[in-house]
Amino acid sequence: MGIIDNINKLFDHRIRLGIMSILVVNESADFNRLKELLNVTDGNLASHLKALEKEAYILVEKQFIGRKPNTRYSATRIGKAEFKKHIEALEKLLKK
Amino acid sequence: MSEQDYLNDISEIKDLMNRSSRFISLSGLSGIFAGIYALIGSAVAYWLVANSGREYLILDGKIFRLILLDLFLIAFFSVITAIFLTTRKARKNGENIWDASSRRLIINFLIPLVAGGIYILIILNQQKYGQTAALMLIFYGLALINASKYSIGHVRYLGITEIILGLICALVPGYGFWLWVIGFGIMHILYGSIMFVQEKKT
Repeated sequence: MGIIDNINKLFDHRIRLGIMSILVVNESADFNRLKELLNVTDGNLASHLKALEKEAYILVEKQFIGRKPNTRYSATRIGKAEFKKHIEALEKLLKK
Repeated sequence: MSEQDYLNDISEIKDLMNRSSRFISLSGLSGIFAGIYALIGSAVAYWLVANSGREYLILDGKIFRLILLDLFLIAFFSVITAIFLTTRKARKNGENIWDASSRRLIINFLIPLVAGGIYILIILNQQKYGQTAALMLIFYGLALINASKYSIGHVRYLGITEIILGLICALVPGYGFWLWVIGFGIMHILYGSIMFVQEKKT
């Protein structure tokens, strides 16, 4: 199996890679926190979160803080494993 | 994607991991100021005790209350200066002063510190004064180490230094005052300067 197989297409995008980077080192993060760290627009962030959710790389929890809706995101076990594989593949690629 | 793209990816991953989990805008300058306040405060305390006509302190005496006020003022001015300088630096870094990272840093710093503070007040009320300086150093060191997980590396080494000084202090309680001066005065200036120099470099 070539190294290229481990390069995850889903992580080939700056924002999706960014979301995963944040979620693997934090228990969870809410929408605004992600937006602030990644410096992206609502719509843009939402569509990338959807893509990651669809692959079950992240877990989405909707809740209310007082009356305000709040959406929390966290990395799933699959998501963390895939991210790790992707990073290792990147490293190998650069070492060559 | 080219090699350069992958390198950019990796540096961005690192940057996001750091920024999202650590508060990096602590200002070295605020450490230097805290050290200076501690030195001034301890000089005042030394003068108070030397002029009291007694060699020792009495818990309900006037001098003791003045020294408590002195300690409070050192802490107060250190915190105010730290907030001011850190806000300034955070603004420069484009980091938010009050976000999830800084909140986590402060909460984790305060847990051992408040526990230690309450403990010291309890044993002072039981007329056990001998270990006060040692306990202050040890609990402050533990608070720094606990907080360092959410901030820059130097905080951890300062914490370890404070704990070592605290333990030495526990062995030789007669030198408590001088070890306190080293721990809260000189070490703050030393580590603050190291951080300050590195800030200027980057």
